[in-house]
Amino acid sequence: MFEWIERMADWIVFDLLGMKHGQHLAEALNFFIYDSVKILLLLFVVIFLMGIVNSYFPIEKVRNFLSRNKFYGLEYLMAALFGVVTPFCSCSSVPLFIGFVRGGIPLGVTFSFLITSPLVNEVAIGLFVGLFGIKITLIYVLSGVLLGTTAGIILSKFKLEQFLTAWTKEVIANAEREGEAFAEEKTPFKERLPIIWNEVINILKDVVLYVLVGIAIGGLMHGYIPEGFFEQYMGKDNLFAVPMATILAVPMYSNAAGTLPIVQVLVAKGIPLGTAIAFMMGVVGLSLPEAMLLKKVMTMKLIGIFFGVVTLCIIISGYLFNVIL
Amino acid sequence: MKSIKILGTGCPKCKQISALVETVVNETGIEATIEKVEDIIEIMKYNVLSTPVIVIDEKIAIKGRVPSKTELTALLAVKKQ
Repeated sequence: MFEWIERMADWIVFDLLGMKHGQHLAEALNFFIYDSVKILLLLFVVIFLMGIVNSYFPIEKVRNFLSRNKFYGLEYLMAALFGVVTPFCSCSSVPLFIGFVRGGIPLGVTFSFLITSPLVNEVAIGLFVGLFGIKITLIYVLSGVLLGTTAGIILSKFKLEQFLTAWTKEVIANAEREGEAFAEEKTPFKERLPIIWNEVINILKDVVLYVLVGIAIGGLMHGYIPEGFFEQYMGKDNLFAVPMATILAVPMYSNAAGTLPIVQVLVAKGIPLGTAIAFMMGVVGLSLPEAMLLKKVMTMKLIGIFFGVVTLCIIISGYLFNVIL
Repeated sequence: MKSIKILGTGCPKCKQISALVETVVNETGIEATIEKVEDIIEIMKYNVLSTPVIVIDEKIAIKGRVPSKTELTALLAVKKQ
């Protein structure tokens, strides 16, 4: 499927630049061109597809759907699934949280959505496909959904309403289950396309530099770290590796775009996939700036419980992957 | 005189959208007041789920994304009449 990129990279490096086969720099450059083109292409496809889905399932529709229908226990899973197809910006987490609870959606269900949405986003999926292939991507998406569902259910068992800020409690007291009628927009696809396209370009512009730098650093590491280097320190039998990787990752606010290409090299050099996925989830799913934003709606205690439960779930799924894969 | 409000808590996208609104208003010469609403309690009065949001004459025009310059120009021009 990607042979043409390989041929193109060969042509640029060996014909256009006249570099020689076997030369260290030539091979590195060839690898960089091939990887960058392939990953950016897949990223574009995934972001574009997600943009189309999102155009027909905007967040308002999701909110009304969750708030009006009864799912008899499946609402956590539904919220997590919606979280996958909705793009997420951490600056929207507060309006989203308030909007959900105002629509009468239970706290636990809101959490399920709030956890999955950043964890399984279009940029992460696109990069996963490019770097690890379809199978690992599906495993990542599925475990993200399961993690969001489980964490939401666990969080619903604590009586968390008491730990919301006074303003949020007031909002919940005035919650209206109906919500305002969401005017279904009957915009034809032809008119949606320019808007979707504009979003695709915006997202790509935001991440392209990080992706390229990530691939470049990954490429350098690939050349200098010996095969299986990490196995002796962070192999599957090291029980501390998963929690260490997760706890290290939570405060990191690097975006998936820059981190994933580096993680891929770490996996190639012997870090178990479960440990790496736990690390990725910590980086992508939880961040301190997000915690600071949530202070408007939650007390520090609730933020602590929220992060604690999600971190624990990430660690457990890390172990799980190391056993299964 | 139009009133343009930009709702957002100061994320990168909100800054992008503010800059865009200012450019379009300056370039087209539309008479408008631009107000940035950063207080979340005020923002939630508009019942939005994602930011940034552009409110033109108290009507939500754009939410959760940064529009292209052409789209924003068209929005401001149509609402003029």
